[in-house]
Amino acid sequence: MAEAITKFGQRRRITNALMTSLTAICALFATVVLILIISYIAVRGISSLSVEFLVETPKPVGEGGGIGNAIAGSAMMTLLAAVIGLPVGIAAGVYLAEYGRNWFGNTVRFVADTLIGIPSIIIGIFVYTLVVLPMGRQSGLAGGLALAIIMLPIVARTTEEMIKLVPNSMREGALALGAPQWRVSWNIVLPAAASGIATGAMLAIARVTGETAPLLFTALNSRFYNFYYDQPMSSLTVQIFNYATGPFEVEHAMAWAATLILVGMILVINILVRFLTRKRY
Amino acid sequence: MKTKISISNLDFYYGKAQALHDITLEIPERQIIAFIGPSGCGKSTFIRTLNRMNDTIPGARVEGEVIIDGQNIYGPGIDVVALRRKVGMVFQKSNPFPKSIFDNVAYGIKINGIHSSKADLQQRVEKALRDAALWDEVKDRMNTSAFGLSGGQQQRLCIARALAVEPEVVLMDEPASALDPIATQKIEELVVELKRDYTIVIVTHNMQQAARVSDRTAFFMLGKLVEFNPTQKMFQNPDEKLTEDYITGRFG
Repeated sequence: MAEAITKFGQRRRITNALMTSLTAICALFATVVLILIISYIAVRGISSLSVEFLVETPKPVGEGGGIGNAIAGSAMMTLLAAVIGLPVGIAAGVYLAEYGRNWFGNTVRFVADTLIGIPSIIIGIFVYTLVVLPMGRQSGLAGGLALAIIMLPIVARTTEEMIKLVPNSMREGALALGAPQWRVSWNIVLPAAASGIATGAMLAIARVTGETAPLLFTALNSRFYNFYYDQPMSSLTVQIFNYATGPFEVEHAMAWAATLILVGMILVINILVRFLTRKRY
Repeated sequence: MKTKISISNLDFYYGKAQALHDITLEIPERQIIAFIGPSGCGKSTFIRTLNRMNDTIPGARVEGEVIIDGQNIYGPGIDVVALRRKVGMVFQKSNPFPKSIFDNVAYGIKINGIHSSKADLQQRVEKALRDAALWDEVKDRMNTSAFGLSGGQQQRLCIARALAVEPEVVLMDEPASALDPIATQKIEELVVELKRDYTIVIVTHNMQQAARVSDRTAFFMLGKLVEFNPTQKMFQNPDEKLTEDYITGRFG
């Protein structure tokens, strides 16, 4: 009897060890790919990195130049996208989770899911017809709008999912104190879901920071610093695209360096939001 | 004795399923009323009809009257928000907000605009915590998270939160069912203490608890009110055979 128990135990232990290592290997693989990408970008890009590269504007090949205007443009358009996309997206998510159990909510949910699946270049064409054509030129405004449209459904759906995780007992507790429904949503449910919503917002920002296609139609590019939203605006992604498709090796090196900056920016956004939304209560 | 809540011919439905059948019952002012009965007998559903908490459940429907201070709370022109301020509730599972201890108690005061100044707010929070016998344990950590409290303390915090808005009736849905005997005893003492100012309706699975704290007891089964009598009579000489069988544990 004792022997049988040992044998059975051994088999279980072996299976357990096997499965654990298998999942560990898969987890390692996912991490290794990320580390490989980042380190490859770092190795290729670091040699062209300098203070001048970060602040100067593009110059003719061989004369150096940098991506200062592209960093500024990316930051400005992402900011515009966040200013429009986050409040509207979060509010829509709150509506869907707290009041959206009707035909209207279902329709909005379906439209949002469809919008998430639409290739971003189509959003670019849409904004091109809607904003660029009437204005007569490409602009930072159009670029930011395109990015906001891409953010909107992502933020709305993640917000909805996060708010649904807030236990109903918390809502009932506030309602029982005589809190109107909107106050319960606003100052109990929303704060309770804040860190999850912030994670969703962060993912959406990171996603649009890496968008190229919708900006080609809308913001175009610019060789100069431009702080006006009604003018064509440079962006890191479009600048990388230009450098990477150029015929010269110097340009390719600059593309790698710009990529390194872009990845670094996304990393900083990630860490910042993690820090800001760490659990206080 | 003045009647605080008068319930007549109350039926309650979850969609098509009827959960309460023709309940008629009068709750006197400043007394403790205990609701007992087996799981699923409708006592929680019933207590939630008294502050219209069931309104939030899709498909829920009420027929009959619940009259509080002469006003039918299911009648036209009733403000549910004002009703809930008057009829507070403590839930089975403690449900503090993800805020500090102070903000948990202050929340109800703030949203209802009860306080006249910041100092007044602080006084009201302190009074509520004292009434809930929690003040001495938390006075030095008012700005720390409510989730850092023990289960019993969290439940007393929820009671303090309910008392802070100065309700007239306090509904308690098995407030001590998840607590150890010591925490339970504290809550029970507290409930008896609160009788001076509040009308209290308490749902409990614990027969001894009902016997210890309440003035009157209502026994429910299968959505029907079987018996409603002074607690002493209920536990010594009940009118109904069913009540006696349940109280003496002859069926589950």
